[in-house]
Amino acid sequence: MFREITLGQYYLADSPIHRLDPRVKLLGTFVYILSLFLFRDVVGFAVVTVFLVCVIRSSKVPFSYMVKGLKAILVLMVVTALFNLFLTPGDRVLFSYGILKITLEGVKNAGFMLVRLIYLIVGTSVMTLTTTPNQLTDGLEKALMPLSKVKVPVHSIAMIMSIALRFIPILIEETDIIMKAQTARGADFENGNLVKRTKAMVPLLVPLFVSAFRRADDLAMAMEARCYMGGAGRTKMKPLRYRKEDFKGYLVLAAYFGGIVLWRVFGG
Amino acid sequence: MSLILDKVSYVYSEGTAYERWALKNINLKLEDGEFIGIIGHTGSGKSTLIQHFNGLIKATSGGIYFNGRDIYEEDYDKRELRTQVGLVFQYPEHQLFETTIFDDVCFGPINQGLSKNEAGLRAFEALRSVGMPEKLYYQSPFDLSGGQKRRVAIAGVLAMKPKMLILDEPTAGLDPKGRDEILDLIAAMHKERNMTVVLVSHSMEDVAKYVERMIVMNDGEIMYDGTPGEVFLHYKELEAVGLAAPQVTYLMHELKEQGLPVNSAATTVEEAMESILKAFR
Ligand SMILES: Nc1ncnc2c1ncn2[C@@H]1O[C@H](COP(=O)(O)OP(=O)(O)O)[C@@H](O)[C@H]1O
Ligand SMILES: [Mg+2]
Repeated sequence: MFREITLGQYYLADSPIHRLDPRVKLLGTFVYILSLFLFRDVVGFAVVTVFLVCVIRSSKVPFSYMVKGLKAILVLMVVTALFNLFLTPGDRVLFSYGILKITLEGVKNAGFMLVRLIYLIVGTSVMTLTTTPNQLTDGLEKALMPLSKVKVPVHSIAMIMSIALRFIPILIEETDIIMKAQTARGADFENGNLVKRTKAMVPLLVPLFVSAFRRADDLAMAMEARCYMGGAGRTKMKPLRYRKEDFKGYLVLAAYFGGIVLWRVFGG
Repeated sequence: MSLILDKVSYVYSEGTAYERWALKNINLKLEDGEFIGIIGHTGSGKSTLIQHFNGLIKATSGGIYFNGRDIYEEDYDKRELRTQVGLVFQYPEHQLFETTIFDDVCFGPINQGLSKNEAGLRAFEALRSVGMPEKLYYQSPFDLSGGQKRRVAIAGVLAMKPKMLILDEPTAGLDPKGRDEILDLIAAMHKERNMTVVLVSHSMEDVAKYVERMIVMNDGEIMYDGTPGEVFLHYKELEAVGLAAPQVTYLMHELKEQGLPVNSAATTVEEAMESILKAFR
């Protein structure tokens, strides 16, 4: 059950997207998300789709992995679509019943909103599927380094993030084991009403928290024992360096984003 | 009462880059009242195997029959199965959650649908049989020592009165004294209650002393299945897969090679001593 959450899970493969510098991918994701909210007609939509499909294709990650994350936001998707469908004002009425009214604009809005949400999840999971959490935080740290000039603790934030990410799979595994162990003692996590099911979480959550604290404690001790003192003067074993491909990546991004913006301003 | 595994295979993360066959075509029959050791080095599939015994995970292929009934049948009562087949996970103390030791042990019996009184009785009995001093019953389980926590956790499964008790590496992370205590406790349980006991371990020494039957796992397959004496005759093959036979085995084989007529199938220090004394007589 818990293994189905793909957000933040790396898919091992050797592809151009995997090899890109994490900074390129971070900026790429940012630009991509912006572009999702810039397009408002079919042409823009087509450009975004082509871009997304190309990226997914070259990442060598099976498409089924990308859509797994969608299950988690299914409810959100349905609600968003319904709101847009019924609440968009407009005059080309397609259907009305009492106060309920569906307009052509509403259908269009709902459609685009749905597409945006789906593309948002699929697009961001491309990044998490092709970038290890470590690369990601390394990229973030390096990209945000200028902020440390104004006393933002960039290194500490990156360290906290990488530790948190590092522990997600461990805690997932632990959840799995504790759940099985309590099931072996007759616990039932699946049946019963809401109250009953919430109560059933106690035997799961208490041990999970206890273990998380124990692990945090151990880790802090181990870091201190190795003289960890924070960021000052710390160097990297594998510092991030741009390669030729990364600049090509930036170029592609610039072309893509430029195209989207130009179409938004002058097109349609 | 018997448990039969028929051509059981299990694969983790099927269809991904991390796909792994943890069990391959396992055939096994566990009889009533047996004391069985499952041995294998880390990653050989021991934990995966025993989680099949009470239906916690479903075999990718193959069938499991408990008392002649297929446990994968639609209407099979898995909860009843879990009452009969008690499973103590590795590091069971990590699953304690209640405010008092006593309440924690009551968790299983209450889930079985017993009344508060009955569950309490079961808890008392279980805690007594694992040797917990009564004055600790109403303390928090989190204040206990590692070995004590583990006893409480084992009591939590015992309180469900299973017919078959499976323990996954019950001695992991304990000091030698704690280890011997737990193993003696398990052996006593087997004798007194005539329970079928399955003891999972990666230490030959631990298991050889207690069990009547030994199943050696290697890379998801059963490598040997027999009495400890029979299994240790293959000590060279065991070594090749990263398992060591007990030290007496080496000694006895060495002595025999040197021409002393000893029984090289001796697996415990006591047996070895007897055999050596006999050879000199
Ligand atoms: N939850 C899991 N997901 C994926 N692979 C697993 C999981 N649990 C175990 N494995 C893999 O299955 C194999 C057998 O593991 P396990 O049954 O835990 O062995 P053992 O208990 O003998 O150490 C190992 O290679 C392990 O990496
Ligand atoms: Mg194991």
